[in-house]
Amino acid sequence: MASGHKDCRVGVDIGGTFTDVALKIDGRLVSTKVLTDYEAPERAILKGIDQVCADAGVALKDIGVVVHGTTLATNSLIERRGARTAFVTTEGFRDVLEMRTENRFEQYDLNITLPPALIARADRFVVRERMDAAGNVLLDVDRAGLDALITRLAEGGYESIAIGFIHAYANGAHERLVRDAILARLPDISISISSEVAPQFRELERFNTVCANAYVKPVIKAYLDRLVKALVARGMGCPVYMIHSGGGIISLEHAAEFPVRLVESGPAGGVIFAEDVARRHGCEHVVSFDMGGTTAKICLVEDYVPKTAKSFEVARTYRFRKGSGMVISIPVVEMVEIGAGGGSIASVDSLRQIRVGPKSAASEPGPACYGRGGQNPTVTDANLVLGKLDPDNFAGGKMVLSVPAASHALDQDIGAQIGLSVDASAYGVCEVVDENMSNAARVHAIESGKDISTFTMITFGGGGPLHAARLCEKLGIDSFIVPPGAGVGSAIGFLLAPFGYETVRSGRVELSAFEQPKVAALLDSMREEALGFVSAIESTAPTSVECTAFMRYAGQGWDIPVRLPFEVFHAGDVAAIRAEFMKEYTRFFGRAIVGPEVEIVSWSLRVSTPVARAQSVTPVAATRQVTSDVSRKLFDSVSRSFVSAQVVERAGLVPGDCVAGPAIITEAETTTILSAQFTATVQSDGSLLATRH
Amino acid sequence: MQDTFVDIHMQVMWNRLISVVEEQAQALIRTAFSTSVREAGDLSAGIFDVHGRMLAQAVTGTPGHVNAMAESVGHFITDIGPGNIHEGDVYITNDPWKGTGHLHDITVVTPSFLDGRLIGYFASTAHVVDVGGRGFGPDANEVYEEGLFIPIMKLFDAGRENDTLLHIVRNNVREDDKVVGDIFALAACNDAGHNRLVDMMREFDMADLEHLGAFILGHSGRATRERLAALPQGQWTNSLRLDGYDEPVELHATLTIKGDTVHVDFSGTSGPSRFGINVPLVYVMAYACYGIKCIVAPEIPNNFGSLEPFSVSAPDNCILNAQRPAPVSVRHVLGHFVPDLVLGALHKALPDRVPAEGAGALWNLHMSLRPQPGQTGRNAEILMFNSGGTGARPTLDGMNATAFPSGVHTMPVEATEHVGPVIIWRKELREGSGGAGQYRGGLGQTIEIEAATGYKLQFSAMFDRIDNPARGRAGGQAGAPGSVALDDGTRLRGKGKQDVPPGRKLVLNLPGGGGYGDPAQRPAEWQEYDTSNGYVPAGQAGTGA
Repeated sequence: MASGHKDCRVGVDIGGTFTDVALKIDGRLVSTKVLTDYEAPERAILKGIDQVCADAGVALKDIGVVVHGTTLATNSLIERRGARTAFVTTEGFRDVLEMRTENRFEQYDLNITLPPALIARADRFVVRERMDAAGNVLLDVDRAGLDALITRLAEGGYESIAIGFIHAYANGAHERLVRDAILARLPDISISISSEVAPQFRELERFNTVCANAYVKPVIKAYLDRLVKALVARGMGCPVYMIHSGGGIISLEHAAEFPVRLVESGPAGGVIFAEDVARRHGCEHVVSFDMGGTTAKICLVEDYVPKTAKSFEVARTYRFRKGSGMVISIPVVEMVEIGAGGGSIASVDSLRQIRVGPKSAASEPGPACYGRGGQNPTVTDANLVLGKLDPDNFAGGKMVLSVPAASHALDQDIGAQIGLSVDASAYGVCEVVDENMSNAARVHAIESGKDISTFTMITFGGGGPLHAARLCEKLGIDSFIVPPGAGVGSAIGFLLAPFGYETVRSGRVELSAFEQPKVAALLDSMREEALGFVSAIESTAPTSVECTAFMRYAGQGWDIPVRLPFEVFHAGDVAAIRAEFMKEYTRFFGRAIVGPEVEIVSWSLRVSTPVARAQSVTPVAATRQVTSDVSRKLFDSVSRSFVSAQVVERAGLVPGDCVAGPAIITEAETTTILSAQFTATVQSDGSLLATRH
Repeated sequence: MQDTFVDIHMQVMWNRLISVVEEQAQALIRTAFSTSVREAGDLSAGIFDVHGRMLAQAVTGTPGHVNAMAESVGHFITDIGPGNIHEGDVYITNDPWKGTGHLHDITVVTPSFLDGRLIGYFASTAHVVDVGGRGFGPDANEVYEEGLFIPIMKLFDAGRENDTLLHIVRNNVREDDKVVGDIFALAACNDAGHNRLVDMMREFDMADLEHLGAFILGHSGRATRERLAALPQGQWTNSLRLDGYDEPVELHATLTIKGDTVHVDFSGTSGPSRFGINVPLVYVMAYACYGIKCIVAPEIPNNFGSLEPFSVSAPDNCILNAQRPAPVSVRHVLGHFVPDLVLGALHKALPDRVPAEGAGALWNLHMSLRPQPGQTGRNAEILMFNSGGTGARPTLDGMNATAFPSGVHTMPVEATEHVGPVIIWRKELREGSGGAGQYRGGLGQTIEIEAATGYKLQFSAMFDRIDNPARGRAGGQAGAPGSVALDDGTRLRGKGKQDVPPGRKLVLNLPGGGGYGDPAQRPAEWQEYDTSNGYVPAGQAGTGA
């Protein structure tokens, strides 16, 4: 099947505004950004691939592999543009999706609107059947009722069906039986069942996940079919793989079957990018900071492994407030995403305080300084007024920014409201957004029991390098790295992703009554499932297995991940498991408790091929102090005054060059700000390593 | 210009202080044992200055806790004695009158020291699984029957654990590991807050919280008073009739808006009950403030400054001003109706701003499972939080099966069935239960529960709005009343301990919210949406429940 040149790889990331394409051949990297085509996303891909191939002097047929991530599944959920979908569930539970957790995500606003259930009530159907918590049958499937239901489904004109039964994670037999009965009469319909898509306990999350999967499945399948056809038509017969939200690669077939796993695959690529940089530079404790036009994403990467989670909330409808979206149970790279980007709009609230975001001016109408009709002040406007951006050399000179327009917007919406000068308003906006992001990072670290001040920051995305220095000052972080290609970090990350697959299942075990054969059987079947995904792509490569148990004291509700070798869990080495739990618990919460029973709640197992070892970078000492004749006024947040900062072009720097702050280092896709506290040294891989002196 | 930078700096530090208490609350959720805390968010956490004034609170599930806890730190300072406060101390109480209204809530306060100097206090409250006595329920006639009463005292004295107290607790409660575990979780979350505060103060080079505290309280107080001063001035009243335990209860409120203050007096309200539905005034105050704040100043953070312009009063012989030793175990039932009561009066001052009445009190269901005679198995105590519908808003429908004014979560059915031997056969919206109106009231829900084979089920009812449904507003109709019954139709009581005979299911129909505006004004396409989705059974549209 593989044609082309095995070492010529293309990564494609479809984002909200841009489609990023990165091509790597023989160690060389060529990248581009083209506008996302909402009508036919594959057209932008072809356009981008044409550009990078031309730049690299490579023929289309020489491409050996395309790795692809897309926000298509996410957007389809956010914009509610999916297939006509029915949900079939256990009698008595028709409204789980709609009743959620029965609380209000915002306590003091009585006029909130709850996010409507993905599948409307009229499209939710019930079947008489029931399992108990142990997976024993309490009620058999009512066959007569099922037959009548299938008739209604046929008449309803549904394209896709989700099936989710109570306790199906413990026993999926009834879900399979109903699926088979429907397929027998409606062979062409697309069906997703919860015991396959997300076999985790807690009905709300599992049902949401299977419904989301069913809802996007026809859309994604059609898109992937078109994409492959278009590529083949252009002579690219190479394999195409997809990035999933857990940061690994899956085949097109699996992506089409479980498209919900493509949610947030772009940001996951960014984290893989950060992971690779961390490995190259030998940074064991890394916080990745990815800031774009609308949101900022923050993730912890320790010992070159990103933090992962079992669930994720997509499509938050109210100021990114927790609970205002839809919880999806899939293994994801765990990150905090907050409404803080270049386009985030600043305003003054009733307490006469400056607020920033989460509403974004996006690319249309854009920040006031873009001169495309945006009237509200944004973070980009504030950065411009504070001298962080060059009005005449933005986006590699493709755009001219208007300082008067930025100043006017800041004065009108901020300064005039609370009696601040334009400069003070701009400072306030930046300070508030920086504080928002650093708070998010700090809380995220603390939730994992970590002290973030000992971490190194790796920053990318258009806005990351602009704000990194100030974030580091606020977080007490001593150094940050701006890798080459930072502007298309996620697409580059795709090229580095391992062939990996993670599966998560509920499986409760008390340590004092550890049933080794039962656990071993569960772990074996999980390993078999994950291996199936990986070997579908790379049948010969060696694989490694990572196993994590989610544990707690019996009676608690919050579990913590405990990672041990597969064999330890498989053999049921209770003493070792208990000891590791105590160690982790102490790390999280200060001290372990003596007395209560310890239990395992659920399991995660990940199979992956080894990551290509990144060439490690020997630290380069500063050999040449670079100074520039060009300088401009830059606001310094620590002294709260304007200082003169030199302006240096990144393209002219070579390894060993060092630039002392205050300085502004420019490149086409982003700008790095060095405050007076930082000095950057160019490393042998072209990365900027900024350290506090 | 330097002053404006200082203001921005103060704002940044204020936000940081809020994240300190959010983190304190997260530490509690993650280490707590009782489901009410860890799954449902029935807790609170906050930071106070050296004078006992609340500076910041975590936005958690329970306004009743937070606003009540705001008062409690002052009691701790007085009772412990300012000369007796040392580094390493931790204080505790579950005094309903000095804490948050019933014995099941334990409040822990920790003084915070920086470089040997007292800089403030961290306080946290959690609803524990048991405090002995009769267990959670309204059946007692005096607070003595409701469980162990811990007056304000030291849990740690300069770092030394009060093992006498813990010994007494362990021997007086049903699930001692969980209760003691929760007490330690409270102490640990205060420590987590303290550690983060010290980091923050070192970073910003602060010696104390005086300056920042003055900024926070000044800003919040001013902003709140500006809002109140802009309201219509005058006096308005409202009454609400509820089921009570054995006889109906009449709640009455007189709302006075004068200058930049709001006062609510509850004279005219029914006298105390012989059963545990009485409410300490501190809890009434908490919910009265919460309700009014939602309408007039929703985005101003809760602290001493923003709460100070509000006050309440009630005569001593009043069910909303329980006097010791009155029983108060399920004080939340009437407490949760205080916002509906007070907002009904506020509606007369501010038409078009206030929602219709809703289901109000949570339908908390406490279940005890025991093996049938001759069977083996384990005992289990299970608590479920369930919500009816909220009242329709002036421009929006009410919310289906959603808590108001409480902010707690429900627990997943699959999690509840893991906790003990029950089968929940149904937990689903109750069709047709929302009050008709231009905007429809939120639907209640129907729950059907049975003991697993081999077990018997006893439950403690603490439900209201069975005889007194949520009233509509501005021409909207009432929501459906609730009901408690067996699946064979036998009616059960709305309050108190009762048995579900073997083989029978308990059926709870939770009340719906009231409608807003004339039902005839509801657009036809919304009516069609309601019937096609079964929110309103065909034929019932436009006629109300």
